[in-house]
Order: sequence, then C-alpha cells, then structure tokens
Amino acid sequence: MSDVARQAVADRLYFRRRIVNGVGLVFATLSTGFGLFWLAWILWTTFYTGISALNGKLFTMMTPPPGDEGGLLNAFAGSAMICLLAILIGAPIGIAAGTYLAEYAKKSRLGEAIRFFNDILLSAPSIVLGMFVYTVVVKQVGHYSAFSGSLALALIVLPVVVRTTDEMLKLVPGAMREAGLSLGVPQWKVTVQILYRAALPGIVTGVLLALARISGETAPLLFTAFDNQFWSTNVAQPMASVPVVIYKFAMSADAGWKSLAWAGALIVTLFVLALSLISRAILLRNKVSND
Amino acid sequence: MINPIDPVVTTTLITPPPGADAKAATTAAPKMSARGLDFYYDKFHALKNVSLDIAERKVTALIGPSGCGKSTLLRIFNRIYSIYPKLEAKGQVLLDGDNILDPKYPLNRLRSKVGMVFQKPVPFPMSIYDNVAYAIRHYEKLSKADMDARVEEALRQGALWDEVKSKLNGSALGLSGGQQQRLCIARAVALKPEVILLDEPTSALDPIATGKIEQLVEELKERYTIAIVTHNMQQASRVSDYTAFMYLGELIEFGDTTTIFENPTKKMTEDYITGRYG
Repeated sequence: MSDVARQAVADRLYFRRRIVNGVGLVFATLSTGFGLFWLAWILWTTFYTGISALNGKLFTMMTPPPGDEGGLLNAFAGSAMICLLAILIGAPIGIAAGTYLAEYAKKSRLGEAIRFFNDILLSAPSIVLGMFVYTVVVKQVGHYSAFSGSLALALIVLPVVVRTTDEMLKLVPGAMREAGLSLGVPQWKVTVQILYRAALPGIVTGVLLALARISGETAPLLFTAFDNQFWSTNVAQPMASVPVVIYKFAMSADAGWKSLAWAGALIVTLFVLALSLISRAILLRNKVSND
Repeated sequence: MINPIDPVVTTTLITPPPGADAKAATTAAPKMSARGLDFYYDKFHALKNVSLDIAERKVTALIGPSGCGKSTLLRIFNRIYSIYPKLEAKGQVLLDGDNILDPKYPLNRLRSKVGMVFQKPVPFPMSIYDNVAYAIRHYEKLSKADMDARVEEALRQGALWDEVKSKLNGSALGLSGGQQQRLCIARAVALKPEVILLDEPTSALDPIATGKIEQLVEELKERYTIAIVTHNMQQASRVSDYTAFMYLGELIEFGDTTTIFENPTKKMTEDYITGRYG
C-alpha cells in the first residue's frame, strides 16, 4: 500500500519535472531563435545588397567623389597596411607579455595584477583607445597618420594576444617544462624552443582573432588614420581604410557611395568569417593530433 | 590493520638479517648519497633526515605509500624541484663526492650527469630525431654524421631504434605511449649521463609496454646508475638490486632487494610489501 502511495508521489514529481523541462526547452529555443533571427537578417542584408554592388572596379579603382564611378582599392590597401602594422606592433609585445605571465610571473601578485589590468584593456571601448592615441600622438605631431591608426589598433591587439598566449602556455603540461629543464636546457630555451611549439596553434589563433577584431574597427581610426580619398602608402600621412570609408559612404545620400559601402561591408564580413574559420581549423587540427 | 593470525605474518616474522639497518643505508660503491637530507614544501616537512646511497651501476628502487616522499627524494637528485618557489632542501646530496645542493654546483653539469624520466611520457612537439638531438645540441657541436650516429645509438639504447628508424622525421606525438616513454629514456641517455632517475616510468603504460621498459632498465644498468620510484611492488622486486622503503618522509628500511622483500627487519616494511596498507 505504502509502495503504491510512494509510486504515486514519484509519478507526480516526474510529471512536474517534465512540464518544467518542456517549458524551459520552449523558452530556450525561442531565445536562440530570437538571437539568430537578427543575425540572419543582418547577414542576409549584407550579402544581398553587397553582392549586387560587387564588380571588378571595386578592386581596381580609388574611392570616387560623389556621383562618380569608383572602387575601394585605396581603402583595401590602407586597411591591409594599417592592420598589418598594428599586428606587427601589438603581437610581439603581446606574446612577450603573455610569456612573462605564464612562465615567469605565474600566480604571483604582480602577475595577477597585470592580468587584471589586461582584462580591463581587453574590454575598454575602442573609441577610448582612439582618443588616447589622438591625444598622445596625433595632437603632438599635429596631423593624422596611418601609423597612429596602427598604434590605436595595436592597443586592441595587445590584450587579446596577451590573454591567449598566457592561456595557451598554461595549457602546456608542466611535465614538458620539467622534461626540458631536466636535460639541463635553460628556461628561456625551453620556453622558446619547446613550449612555443606546443602552444603555437593557440598563439597563432589568438593573433588571427585579434586581426579579425581590428579589421572592422572604425572608431579608433576616425581619430587617427582618418581618411584619404587617394592612393597612399605613406604611413606618416592620413590613409583610407575600409571601415572609415563605409562609415562615410553609408551616411551619404549618394547612391554610388552607398553601394560601395555595402560592398565594403560584405568584403570585411567575409574576411572576418574566413579568419574565424581558419583559426577554428587550426585549433581543431591541433586537438586531433594531440590525442 | 594487522591481523595477528594472518599466516604471512607468522611465517615471515623471523630474525632480521645481519647488517640491515635503516640508519646506515650504505652500499659498497655509492654513486650518489643523501646525507641528513630534509625537504620542505613551504612549511610542510616532507623529508626527515634521510640518508641513503645509490649504488653505482645498480638499480635502486624507492617504494612506499603515496605522499611518503619517494618522488620528492628523486626530484632532489637533479634539483628539478628548484624550478618551483618555496621548496627547500637542507642537508647534503653527494654525486661522486661533490655536494650538488651547494648553490655553486653548476646546474647545467648536474643535469647532464643526472637524467630524468617522468611518470607521463612527454615527447617534445618535434620529430623523433629532434627529440633526441635537441639536448645534445645544447651541449655539443656535432657534424651531421656524428649527430646521426649519436641519435641512433641513443635510440638503440632506448630499445626503440628498430621501430622508428624508418620514420625518424615523423612527429614524436604519433608514437604509442610505451614508445613515447622509451623515446624519453633515449632522450635522457643521449646526453651520456651517469645517473638516470625514473619517476614511476610505467604507471601510465599497459603491461606489455611496462615489460619492455623493465627489460630496458635491466640492460641500462650495465652502463648507468639507476634510481626508480615505483608503486608497483612486483616491479621493484623484479628490476632492482636495492630497495628503500619510505613512510611519511622517513627512510624506514633500506637493503638489497631480496632481503627487503623476503626478510624485512621492520614490521612496517613487511606490512607494506605484503599489502596491508599503502
């Protein structure tokens, strides 16, 4: 009798759990759908409008005056130069700092303090970094320059690379350090020749993700690299970049400019998508070979 | 705990062999010796006044329950512990009569003379050839032909040559666990050390791979002095000439392996070996 009663209680509890489970599942699915809906809409608009603006002139002609025909060649080249320079400045410093954190500072008070400030830099609004470089570089020099734009972007690259390098080196088993050191090889050599090899896919991924992050940044460049209607490879002078051109063209009333803005947006989106896929592939391949 | 009517106890409690005394843990020709060794993990006293000898070209096994300090002791012999902060060794560890704990003793030289193999096989993320050649390059400038010969010699001593000679440039990560551990032994042997420390070298391996490593240890002791930490009692009795039993940071008993396993002086040693605790 009591067994029957207990079974009845268990059945009621089970029924309630199934109701709660069902309601939870519905809400979770709806929330996911809500988020994906906007993402799909944004991507669809970008692709649809962007593709119709794609043509050969995009990669062969400079940004035009309003009402004229033109392309985005100078903006693509400018973006490539500014971003590459930013990576060249930010990544080595970031890798060195991340190595210091993971291999030397470890869990010391200083190390934890640096990690804390690095995380603040990581979440700093990019416009603040742009204003900072504007104040300490652009205002002192007296004019906008591509180099100052690279500096502002390097400040975005830096914390991303510091963080990933630190994390990736921490994933390398301690036994590998001991094995290297027990051969009498000094710590810096073990770090550079053994640990870097083990952590390389992760570090490269960090740099690629940093590149993806800065290739769409607009705000820091408005204060620094500014814009240039013409072809320029002089990093001491203002230089065009895709995000700034998109910003300028998309706000205009000129149909040609608007269509170029969409094309630029599509190219940047595809570039970031490609970088994400590449970095995922690198990490995935490494995971498989480690097992 | 101990069951007084257990037949093992009643049959093995016979008179201790002469000369078996933990305090005088000495052997005829010591290659390394610890003298009054204390070790601290910050405030934790992990080794208490340990003195023992590691005999030249013999295998010395360190056994005891987890946390008894056997790995700690092994890790002092090439000062690998010193890479971590707040660890401190006091006392003396002599290698050919020189105190290696003296800060003036060059670490470089110590580690080229005293090699180490760890519990988990840790091949470096490079080719099989480079794994072996890596450390040699740090100490010697060799021609390509000489290096090839050295790598082959080391891989032969690691009983791995025949299995890898056709894929020397392949990644070491592609080897099986047992092969990786033999590669680690070859890597240690490549520096022509005098002492090899093995820290539970087979605990991550299957029985067949374990058997190969044990056979290898047998061969290596012709040339090298070996100290091995193991949790496996049969392994200690199979491969070692001397055995040290440790408990809670103290050396309880030391002697030749046959004596320790068949006629231990201390009740504690016997209880551990017969599996009553640990």
